[in-house]
Amino acid sequence: MDYFLQAFQQAFALIFSLDGEVYAVAWTSVRISLTAVFFAALIGVPLGLLVSFKRFTGKAFLRQILNTLMALPTVVVGLLLYGLLTRQGPMGDWGILYTPVAIIIGQCVLILPIIWNLSISAADSADPRLAATCRALGASEFQQGLVFLKEVRFALMAALVTGFGRAIGEVGIAMMLGGNIEGFTRTMTTAIALETMKGEFEFALALGMLLLLVAFLVNALLQYAQRLDQ
Amino acid sequence: MKRIQVVLLFLLVAFTLAAPAQERLRLATTTSTENSGLLTVLNPPFEKQYGIKVDVIAVGTGKALRLARNGDVDMVLVHAPEAELKFVNEGYGIDRQPVMHNDFVLLGPPSDPAGVRQADVPSTAMEKIAGSTAGFISRGDDSGTHKKELALWAAAGIEPGGGWYLAAGQGMGAALKISDDKQAYTLADRGTYLAYKDKIDLVVVFQGAEELFNPYHIILVNPGKHPHVKHERAQHYSDFIRSDKGQAIIGGFRVSEEQLFHPDAVQHGE
Repeated sequence: MDYFLQAFQQAFALIFSLDGEVYAVAWTSVRISLTAVFFAALIGVPLGLLVSFKRFTGKAFLRQILNTLMALPTVVVGLLLYGLLTRQGPMGDWGILYTPVAIIIGQCVLILPIIWNLSISAADSADPRLAATCRALGASEFQQGLVFLKEVRFALMAALVTGFGRAIGEVGIAMMLGGNIEGFTRTMTTAIALETMKGEFEFALALGMLLLLVAFLVNALLQYAQRLDQ
Repeated sequence: MKRIQVVLLFLLVAFTLAAPAQERLRLATTTSTENSGLLTVLNPPFEKQYGIKVDVIAVGTGKALRLARNGDVDMVLVHAPEAELKFVNEGYGIDRQPVMHNDFVLLGPPSDPAGVRQADVPSTAMEKIAGSTAGFISRGDDSGTHKKELALWAAAGIEPGGGWYLAAGQGMGAALKISDDKQAYTLADRGTYLAYKDKIDLVVVFQGAEELFNPYHIILVNPGKHPHVKHERAQHYSDFIRSDKGQAIIGGFRVSEEQLFHPDAVQHGE
């Protein structure tokens, strides 16, 4: 039990020590993952609404593909993007490998299927009369999208929260594309992996608790925004 | 309207990403130099003197050389002489220079069931471990330590394999933990061993032979192959860590009051 006790003590010490380095790592994690969610939502939510509105052949198959991609292993995303972003790769000239931007792109790819898929479900869950009314009133697809955006906003928010959870908790992409560079691309998860490798198990677990706390705060903030909305 | 506030919050976060422009330099190195803490004392004086931030990517030697081959880093600080020479001979690396060395140690359970302590040369030690009931944990990850271990087996004329030989496929720390759990033998670099000494029961059963010497070299990525590399900055770094000042920092670095790395550049002359 010493193990857990020590981890708890260290977690408390970490949080209240106001250690700049630890906070910088936490902030790196949060801003990278929030940005990834932002861009994934920018693409995934409209796509989700569109797929929900339209009837087309292969829709069921598309859903199946999206369901499958939700199980995408993070290291595989890392490996794929490494092939594109390395200096030898097609986008090597951008020089963004081992920068926060590379992690954002990776996490964006990782959670796009999640946000896309859950957005379809969100729009599908709306009252069927809503779409009929929109069409009867002669709304364009874009206008219908705006109506739905407002109507199913809570379900859409759930999609974003799920995506954020997956992004901030992943380690494969951050390690592979970020390189765990101290003070630059070190995220909470790569820091945990590093401390584990060094045998600092208690400290690693303490960082894990801090990660959960950070995720909790971000989610609380989102919920607060939602409540203001009600 | 509140929705707009949420969107603004996201945008705000997105724009804080604009990183301050700073001169950077990318070093791929082994986990042993990074995890021991050496680079955290060696790099800041350089960064201050030249105004260049060193981005350290700590991976196994195999991966470090692969990153350098692809031109994703500007230089490497690694410890696998054969792989290094291949890297240089193929034209990817230039200006390979000795920086420092430490050594490998053979670790085993305190009871030493295979009797490795009685060995006087590494090949005898390896022979005793091979086929012993205690077993051997290999890194199995193409790291410098793994390459060294394979060389030791080869020198002893042993083809490792079978139930006594387990490839962990993980870093040094994890391999040590596994060896400790299984009370098996393993090969470790002294730095990582010292860092773990208090957490494991394993003890040094064989050390000091020349074959266990572990030299680190710095190699710059050839700008002829990869024109985008920051060759000039990398050259500054190489010069710095091999200067009297850099070598003094390396020689003065202590973990649990033990010297981990022995400077190699000064005595070889500049």
